[in-house]
Amino acid sequence: MSDKSVLLAFNNVSKRFDSSDILVDFNLDIYDGEFFTILGPSGCGKTTVLRLIAGFERTNDGVITIDGKAVNDIPAEQRPVNTVFQSYALFPHMNVEQNIAFGLKMTGVPKAEIQQRVTEALELVKLSGFEKRSPSQLSGGQKQRVAIARAVVMRPRLLLLDESLSALDHKLRQQMQMELKQMQRRLGITFVYVTHDQEEALSMSDRILVMNNGQAQQIGTPREIYEQPSNLFIARFIGEINVFDGTVIEKVNEFSYLVDIGGVSKKVRCDQRLQENDPVHVMVRPEDLRIEYLEDKPQGRSGFMGIVVERSYTGQTLDSLIDLGEGRMIQSSEFFNEDDPDFDYSIRQKVWVDWVEGWEHVIKKSAI
Amino acid sequence: MLSFRRLVIILTLSWMAIMVVVPHFLVLLTSFFTPDSQHLAVWPLTLDGYSKVFQAIYIDVFLSSLWLSAIATLICLLLGFPFAFILSKFSPTTRNILLVVMMLPFWTNSLIRTYAIKIILGKKGLINTGLLGAGIIDEPLNMLYTDFAVIFGLVYILLPFMVLPLISSFEKLSSELIEAAKDLRASAWQRLRYIYIPLTSPGIVAGCLIVFLPAMGMFYVADILGGATSLLLGNVIKNQFLVVRDWPFGSAFSVSLIIIMGLMLLLYYKANRYVQRQGGLDDESL
Repeated sequence: MSDKSVLLAFNNVSKRFDSSDILVDFNLDIYDGEFFTILGPSGCGKTTVLRLIAGFERTNDGVITIDGKAVNDIPAEQRPVNTVFQSYALFPHMNVEQNIAFGLKMTGVPKAEIQQRVTEALELVKLSGFEKRSPSQLSGGQKQRVAIARAVVMRPRLLLLDESLSALDHKLRQQMQMELKQMQRRLGITFVYVTHDQEEALSMSDRILVMNNGQAQQIGTPREIYEQPSNLFIARFIGEINVFDGTVIEKVNEFSYLVDIGGVSKKVRCDQRLQENDPVHVMVRPEDLRIEYLEDKPQGRSGFMGIVVERSYTGQTLDSLIDLGEGRMIQSSEFFNEDDPDFDYSIRQKVWVDWVEGWEHVIKKSAI
Repeated sequence: MLSFRRLVIILTLSWMAIMVVVPHFLVLLTSFFTPDSQHLAVWPLTLDGYSKVFQAIYIDVFLSSLWLSAIATLICLLLGFPFAFILSKFSPTTRNILLVVMMLPFWTNSLIRTYAIKIILGKKGLINTGLLGAGIIDEPLNMLYTDFAVIFGLVYILLPFMVLPLISSFEKLSSELIEAAKDLRASAWQRLRYIYIPLTSPGIVAGCLIVFLPAMGMFYVADILGGATSLLLGNVIKNQFLVVRDWPFGSAFSVSLIIIMGLMLLLYYKANRYVQRQGGLDDESL
């Protein structure tokens, strides 16, 4: 990432509302031109971060810089930043064209140029011909597009999107995700997207910041976040995951350890340095589990016997819930095998559960 | 069986019929009679009352009344708009307390409060005593029995009627729209001009109407505080009934005033509809 320049930085920023801390010593670098997503459950402070960038809230401590310049004392209307609001916030007394032209008009852009840029923005969001419509005559998806056009027409350094797709239905949402990503590439504007939807975050972002309780949990590419979550919260928040509690028996080689999981010893990979007897979480995604129809424990393999307690057909995958005994339930998700049209489980069927060595992710138990 | 619901409706309707419809009908009827010094109003039916309304002298009264009320309304708006804006910034609880504080003086009869203004504005009143004592003026200011005193009284009595609809308009205005305007580089002045004023216009118009219309009829304010020339339409009507005893003309004048007010309300209704259609203020987008 050294070739990228930092566009926006939070340096030890703190924010309090009525004496309750929302952010404490928060640090963040966002690079020029990236699609950056802030992901977290509601109330984690992600929207506050966005509002601090926009200038709607002021920091209690610390410095926010845009392009290297401190913006703490610069009011919202003078920051090179535009926002796509969660509820769109279209001006109800103006038509689509007037809404999009508003910012340009306020900054005194010549009329001819406004006309041209509004037309371009409407083309960008595929709403040409809707110029004279009033916001009340638009569907949710169309309002969304107008809100985006109204912001990008300003050519901001940073475009802030606050849960912008959450009000749309599933299909429209997926379509808008694609379009947003394409738009971001085309415009080269840095996008900061706030969401609580992990799927959305994974599919659109260059980098993701996972937040919880006002603290940055992990920053990384979608792949890093999904495959190497740095703690249990992230692992559970980003998609489904099975967590096995285990204890380190011995070190095999530099990144490989033998771990005891409820009497079964498994060889696992771990980038962290582990000591003997360290308690660890061994995490495996449902889609990484291998399930076999076996009545008995096969010799010479380390895995788990289980009983299928629930199965559900999702169209693409067969998801099952498997009881490993001692209160341990795991989830598996398997793609259908073309060669085996009868592939299915019956409830109470005995199965053998295992995974390919190295597909697990191991973290020390203390690191929560 | 007479349900409670029906009972309430019947009671309300009878009350309205007796206290509103019948008197108005009587006024309307009277306006077409011929005046008579002994019997107040007699046959035959005539339009004389209405033709008198258009005499030059009454046109003058109408215009001066319009002028006084318009100035009072404008001052109410200039005071009420920032007041309502500030009030809308408070939390709902604080806002309600402040509203009660504002309404508190109005538990006293407005006639009594008008006399109180007389005491404040008089030659030896509060303001003159204060200014003389502070050495700012050498002679007492002549404030009472002027147009100024009438406007002062009208503003004082009618200001809450401006503030209330404005507050409800400000409450409806979502803070996100203001943030969106800031986000799109609108300065404080531009936000006022392009966002606040257009989006509170239903409140502005409603406030202006319910200040302006009653202002024209508040004869006692002009009686107590005004000079010989500060006449409101209400004074003309009152004089016709109580002094000149020309009831048909007084009635014709009243009916004319009602028609003017009705037309203004119609205008308001149309303007409101227009704004809503333009903006869809009450649709699901807010």
